[in-house]
Amino acid sequence: MSLTRAQIESIAYLARLELEPAEIPVYQESLSRILDFVGQLDRIDTGDVAPMAHPLEGLTQRLRPDAVTEQDRHEVYQANAPQVAGGLYLVPKVVE
Amino acid sequence: MRRRSRAGSTWSRRSLNEVFLDVIHRNSITQLAAGLRAKKFSSVELVRAYLQRIEASQTALNAFISVTRSEALEAAAAADRDIAAGRGGPLAGVPIGHKDLFCTAGVRTTCGSRMLGNFVSPYDATVVAKLKAAGAVTLGKLNMDEFAMGSSNETSYYGPVRNPWNTDFVPGGSSGGSAAAVAARLVPGATATDTGGSIRQPAALCGITGMKPTYGRVSRYGMIAFASSLDQAGVLATSAEDAALMLREMAGFDPNDSTSVNTPVPDYLAALDAPLAGMKIGLIKEFLDEGLDRENERRIREALAVLERLGASVREVSLPNLPLSVPVYYVVAPAECSSNLARYDGVRFGHRCKDPRDLNDLYRRSRGEGFGAEVKRRVMTGTYVLSAGYYDAYYLKAQRVRQLITADFKRAFADVDVLVGPTSPTPAFRLGAKTADPITMYLNDIYTIGANLAGLPALSVPCGFVGGLPVGLQVVGPHFAEARILNVAHRYQLETDWHQKSPEGFA
Repeated sequence: MSLTRAQIESIAYLARLELEPAEIPVYQESLSRILDFVGQLDRIDTGDVAPMAHPLEGLTQRLRPDAVTEQDRHEVYQANAPQVAGGLYLVPKVVE
Repeated sequence: MRRRSRAGSTWSRRSLNEVFLDVIHRNSITQLAAGLRAKKFSSVELVRAYLQRIEASQTALNAFISVTRSEALEAAAAADRDIAAGRGGPLAGVPIGHKDLFCTAGVRTTCGSRMLGNFVSPYDATVVAKLKAAGAVTLGKLNMDEFAMGSSNETSYYGPVRNPWNTDFVPGGSSGGSAAAVAARLVPGATATDTGGSIRQPAALCGITGMKPTYGRVSRYGMIAFASSLDQAGVLATSAEDAALMLREMAGFDPNDSTSVNTPVPDYLAALDAPLAGMKIGLIKEFLDEGLDRENERRIREALAVLERLGASVREVSLPNLPLSVPVYYVVAPAECSSNLARYDGVRFGHRCKDPRDLNDLYRRSRGEGFGAEVKRRVMTGTYVLSAGYYDAYYLKAQRVRQLITADFKRAFADVDVLVGPTSPTPAFRLGAKTADPITMYLNDIYTIGANLAGLPALSVPCGFVGGLPVGLQVVGPHFAEARILNVAHRYQLETDWHQKSPEGFA
């Protein structure tokens, strides 16, 4: 399998990754090789085997009591934000 | 010792205590904890001695990303007060290091990435909090492959870590900083994580003991996520006994982790000495493949002879689907990683690009600049296999084969108590030797990934050398059989001294 330049650009767009023009052929080559490599799974007869999403199957999702456990720590969390004002995260203008 | 020992006259000016502290790093965690409790030395003295070793080795090894000197000395002084008051925990005053993937409140946590270069954790990971509560003193944050994606520690934004046995060679990865630090005795033990072999492979390549517990045994809360159905926290130390001691303090139910398992933690130390007579050991046939270095295979067979001498029986066992572990992993792990790493958006935390034109530009350039080449490769692989039209062919198919691999393990454990084999196909390789081709690099984890896919506990113990570099024996157990595999490792270490060897220059 060989991915085209346009396919890499489309994957990078879906993944929200800006690539340098020089990076594109590198990923074309390595992603194609990786997909060839994982493609060997096609040859395995999996019949009606159920897909396994979790290593401890049989374990059910635990629920917690519907009670407030979090305190307002927005200042601590927002100390890591690139840009905040008045407790709000700032981003470039979205709506004109 | 070291430099000063050459000038005979300086000996007399140094107190016996100082000389003692020069070699204190040769002790195990168990010995250090006992020495602290007996007040043979203080935690402040111990921490100073290790900090000095860390500073002296940093240029050669690059094992640490951050050294938290003043916090460590404060914590050590507090531990000394606790010990004096008779209320110190089992690890009171013992220095350790954390892989820089565990959140540490108030301390920078980079995950080996430029993306988190300025990230200061708002809280402690549960593992960090539990070790703190047991009295351990954190000396700093250890280098690692970026977001734990790598098998050689060469993908770190903060530079590669070097193997203390030979600094032209890699330490393995992704927990390369943790492994190199323990091997060079810069800390007696360290935390690490294992998604596809990231504890066991560097343990093997650095000649130390590495333990990955059962999925769900140790909380993932505060661990920066890579592949959530595979990630598990564990320990790197110099012996199975020390690994058991640390694991006992780290393990346990945590309501903050929805995949944490609510079953009691046994006392891993209590079972260490149990005799191996009658134990049934299965040697995984598929691991003796053409990729395995023949000298490495001899070390494994010698180790099995030791276990047989102790009364265990060894037979070959076949797990026919196990060779599919690597292709399954390179669908499942990138898929989960592309989803987990979507949170790095340049908005709430992490790197943000300069002067974004609009929101899309902000996302794309922040991520493009913040992530390194291997992380981008995996995010894109994951994006592709999850995208419309490919989901069934790649992702669901891989999850079905994952089920077959897990069933192989289950069948094997019906006949044997533990499974063994090599941890990695070869000893450490030279820096740069495998960076050109991702598949070559991925195949380093061919023997370790299976345990992650099935969620099984597995460890690596040093079992000798190949060309002057250490190699490891891997022991895999059924779910929650940590005590059993630690028992095998400990009995082996009572008969051998591979785990006591330390690299020249760091002895």
